[in-house]
Amino acid sequence: MKPTKHDLSMKNNEGTENVPMAERRHFLKMGLAITGIFAGGTIFSALSVIDKVFASTDEFTDKYPYKPHYGMMLFQNRCIDCERCIAACGETNHVPQEGYRTRILMREMPDAVGLKREFIPVLCNHCNVPQCTRVCPTKATYKNPENGIVMMNTSKCIGCLTCQLGCPYNARYFNEEKHAVDKCNFCFDTRLSLGEKLTACAAACPTGCRVFGDLSDKTSDLYKAVHQLERPIWVLRPEAGTRPNVFYSKDVTAVTFK
Amino acid sequence: MANGAETSVLALTDLYPMVTTRLRSATLGFYTLLLSCGVLFLVAAGLGIHAMVAGHDKFYNVYREVPWGILISTYVFFVVTSTGLCLVSSIGHVFGNRDFMPIAKRSVFLSIATILSGFFVIAFEIKIPWRMAIYNIISPNLTSNIWWMGTLYGIYLVFMFAEYVFLLMDKHKPAVFCGFSGSVAGIAAHSNLGAVFGLLMGREFWHGPYMPIYFIASAMMTGCSVIILFHCLGYKVNGEEMPASMKNALRVTAKLGVLLISVIMFFTTWKMITGLAGRPAGKYEAVMALLNGPYALNFWVFEVGLGMVFPLVMFVRSKGENLKMMLYGAIAMIVGIFVMRYDLVVMGQLVPVFHELGVNEYKHLLSYTPSLYETIITLGGFGLTAFLFLLGEKLFAGHKVEEHTTIHESIDAHEEEHGPVFQPSYAHTEDTTL
Repeated sequence: MKPTKHDLSMKNNEGTENVPMAERRHFLKMGLAITGIFAGGTIFSALSVIDKVFASTDEFTDKYPYKPHYGMMLFQNRCIDCERCIAACGETNHVPQEGYRTRILMREMPDAVGLKREFIPVLCNHCNVPQCTRVCPTKATYKNPENGIVMMNTSKCIGCLTCQLGCPYNARYFNEEKHAVDKCNFCFDTRLSLGEKLTACAAACPTGCRVFGDLSDKTSDLYKAVHQLERPIWVLRPEAGTRPNVFYSKDVTAVTFK
Repeated sequence: MANGAETSVLALTDLYPMVTTRLRSATLGFYTLLLSCGVLFLVAAGLGIHAMVAGHDKFYNVYREVPWGILISTYVFFVVTSTGLCLVSSIGHVFGNRDFMPIAKRSVFLSIATILSGFFVIAFEIKIPWRMAIYNIISPNLTSNIWWMGTLYGIYLVFMFAEYVFLLMDKHKPAVFCGFSGSVAGIAAHSNLGAVFGLLMGREFWHGPYMPIYFIASAMMTGCSVIILFHCLGYKVNGEEMPASMKNALRVTAKLGVLLISVIMFFTTWKMITGLAGRPAGKYEAVMALLNGPYALNFWVFEVGLGMVFPLVMFVRSKGENLKMMLYGAIAMIVGIFVMRYDLVVMGQLVPVFHELGVNEYKHLLSYTPSLYETIITLGGFGLTAFLFLLGEKLFAGHKVEEHTTIHESIDAHEEEHGPVFQPSYAHTEDTTL
């Protein structure tokens, strides 16, 4: 059979030792960005984003027809762990000292090329298939049928804490002052219902790490950030099957190796 | 067919002297024990109420990442025991195996006592239990296993209670009906308790169909050991010689125990192997913690040694004759099973949900040790069971059982009067020669 023009077996091997360092790093960076080694958790490759994250298919809008459909994108490498989000959240939502609705986790890789550590902000993922609402015996926690926010009706909470075990994101805690489980509600009662456009954490973030918005609005920054193929997007713990509305990404192009 | 309805008519005026005579027959040792158990229960209740009023977080060692501690595992232990007592005893008085009949009354009574102890313990683990009484009814969530479990155990308790009352009144037909319904409710409730754990995706140690199935098998295993223990103790408390029919009942219970220990050994072996093969994320860490980590002592000594191997050896070697060996085996098994429940509940939470993320905060396994309050409330649960057991032995004069109707006999009697209950679908082909 006649070899094709692109048959690599017909090419001369120039040897890996002759590849310039810059080229190697570029290749490595590309590989890591696509496979998501940097990102941690289980990662979707760039090509499968829309299918797996279910953010833009017709099936998604049919199944979860919230309007507005609130969600958040976290650009992980923009987080500098200043914790202004945590402070703003605590103040706005009266979160007691012993609890938190959002938190910043730190991952250290002493032998990594370039940056040695990164920060991962976490909060309630306001899942499309939330486990916390399924396990609650009294419907004290429920998914708001209009905007998809996972909310609490504190007067119905019996404090069995099954929702805390059902949540794969450790997003819930028992608030002794409220006598009920407490969690992030995208500041619905304290900001969104009062006309604000952003959650307290997103408004307080100085680096633009937290992009809050409406996934049903094609002009929103969040929609654009989620619906593209140029950056890898992932969700935390996709194996839990909860279809989160909180996405993660990175500004890959901003990374420079020195 | 027994027809004891006429003989059981008892005027209320007779009740008082009967009860007081029975209670007065007890020894000083009995009263001391009864009082100690009562005090333990009351102290536990006092501490539980204190924690509820002052804030659970100040007195319990459970926390955000490990919200369920020893009180939940003790609750599971008690309801496992109650379901086991109900199921094993129903083999005789509901389904008609005569060998098991002598254990019926005491087992039904104890299944009520143990489930009440379970409810007692969980009332202090749930933060706002009175809201449950209201919103379980007016705002039920039918997808929640906790809701089903609570509701079905409520129904179960009603049936078991009714069954015991009917047994006392010698009304055997309704007793069989209640026993059968109680067993069905118990199996449904208990497998739902397994599903509370098994349906939690993202909790790898628990997730899967294993838990509901395992719970039923381990309930029956627990039932066997508890029946042997309490029947031996019952005869000791009453200072009576065990009759041959009771010895025979315990012999077959021990036989059933051998079968069920083997089943649980088989289950446990495969649970561990599935946790090791391919190192499944989340499960592997938990299984290793049990096999060769901080929980290895609990697993090998208590779960495997006391909970399975020792009782298996004792039951087999006793040949169903040596009551002492069976009693030792049963005691070891109960201790082992308590630790099994504790490990099962706690271990499912110790691998942090973000463990795989590799972040500093959740690199290692979490830890949990029960607080003093939690420990005393747990002991209070055992105090309540012991208190009710002792009281029951005197009040109900050793739970004597007469031969009575089984579900088969009820059906036979019904059929004699009204024709066949179940019309087989092949009935019309009966005469056809094949």
